[in-house]
Amino acid sequence: MAASRQVIPGFHFTLGITFFYLSLILLLPLAAFLLYASGMGLTKFLEVVIDPRVFHAYEVSFGTSLAAALINGVFGLLLAWVLVRYDFPGKRVLDGLIDLPFALPTAVAGIALTTLYAENGWLGQFFYGLGIPSAFSVFGITIALIFVGIPFVARSVQPVLRDLDPSLEEAAVMFGASPWLTFRRVVFPELVSPLLTGFALAFARGIGEYGSVVFIAGNLPYETEIAPLLIMAKLEQFDYQAAAAIAIVMMAMSFAILLALNGYQRYRSKKQGV
Amino acid sequence: MQQKKGVLAWALILIAVLFLLVMLVLPLVLVASEALAKGWQVYVKAITEPFAVKALALTLEATVLAVISNTLFGLASAFLLTKFAFRGEALLGACIDLPFAISPVVAGLFFVMLFGRMSPIYPFLRAEHIAIVFAVPGIILATVFVTFPFITRELVPVMEAQGRDEEEAAATFGASGWQIFRHVTLPNIKWALLYGVILCTARAMGEFGAVSVVSGHVRGKTNTLPLHIEILYNEYNFTAAFAVASILVILAIVILILRNLVEWRAKRGLKHAD
Repeated sequence: MAASRQVIPGFHFTLGITFFYLSLILLLPLAAFLLYASGMGLTKFLEVVIDPRVFHAYEVSFGTSLAAALINGVFGLLLAWVLVRYDFPGKRVLDGLIDLPFALPTAVAGIALTTLYAENGWLGQFFYGLGIPSAFSVFGITIALIFVGIPFVARSVQPVLRDLDPSLEEAAVMFGASPWLTFRRVVFPELVSPLLTGFALAFARGIGEYGSVVFIAGNLPYETEIAPLLIMAKLEQFDYQAAAAIAIVMMAMSFAILLALNGYQRYRSKKQGV
Repeated sequence: MQQKKGVLAWALILIAVLFLLVMLVLPLVLVASEALAKGWQVYVKAITEPFAVKALALTLEATVLAVISNTLFGLASAFLLTKFAFRGEALLGACIDLPFAISPVVAGLFFVMLFGRMSPIYPFLRAEHIAIVFAVPGIILATVFVTFPFITRELVPVMEAQGRDEEEAAATFGASGWQIFRHVTLPNIKWALLYGVILCTARAMGEFGAVSVVSGHVRGKTNTLPLHIEILYNEYNFTAAFAVASILVILAIVILILRNLVEWRAKRGLKHAD
């Protein structure tokens, strides 16, 4: 590392702190995990990973996270649009409220949503009346994941929408384009990238989410068991190898989502650069 | 840019408001209503009960320690990433973002594997009577892991936009690293820093999954406030669970208000600078 070329002092000092801290907090635990996991052998790994109960938990985690991220994509776009483009009473409060899922501990969200959507809950009695079991079901898990993911899409679309050059839209309207056509052809293409970013972040967060889901899930094997919960279950049985194997698959899922996002953004910036 | 509002605009505003009311406000109202369901006396008793007070103390301890150490790390790593050019910069940035892709439950597992019974260093820890996992240090480490990217993430874009010119000029005039940081860098990033600290605090006090794995759930010893809520809830002591949850709701609302104040001040500061 060519520290001699650095004009500003403090390179070695900040490098030292950063490296020491990352080693202690991130690299050492990660290494311990990988070391332990590598000791279990491929047979044991596969045995755990393709166990039907475990496989079903991945499906639940993946499916509910995907559904919640898609729903948040729609509502996040709507929220960003309304907050950037319109003025109305209470707008500032609404804007501040969007970050609530970041600030509210997930366990609190979890017990509140469970009570709300349980059979005799304020919203649950309505859903159960329609024949939809809204708690202790895949539906309930999705509700919890929507709650957790609300800020991601809204907050990544909002600044892009705010900084959009209005002259393009004005030109489109001047040439007689309908508002819908203007939105679809002029505004929306600019929002695809932040929309996907928010979507991927919400998706990845959903797969790993535990606190808000564990109460409302009901945790029935083969039905409403999510992958993080299964890790907890394996830990309680002192089956650390199985816990590690499930963790590896979960990490692979999250990395795949974030890598796909990264790849897409690189492709896009390259295309725009030319 | 403001548009003239038609029926469509009002419809969109209405949907956005309804969505946030049902998804975000209703759970908060429910927490308050359930907490006070049996009157003030029961409420006060629930939050002043010794285990609740101890859990609050541990939550505050873990949060304060995590925020302080993550602030130091955030400042050092953001300074390193933005003020110096060196090989491996991108890799370092990716490492810092890693906790976003890792489920908190898996993060907890990392620490169990580093310090728990299956760890190569466990015999040493045992001989020295050092308890990390299923004890307070493990809770603090897990909290630090989950929250360490937040401050770096807030600082890097701001410091990047600021560039290196001011620091380089100060260095040319012979200012020391500390002087440069104190008088040149810090005034430029104070709002972003405060913002990052607020986000980090919010996540730290509410962390559930990671802490749940490493805590071992020892009442009065290793239970944080979110874990205490889980225990009360699982014992069907709903009123007490929601009473304790209401403390976290109040903290979350305070954090949201602070966050918005900081954002507002930062924007006003920018306008004055222009």
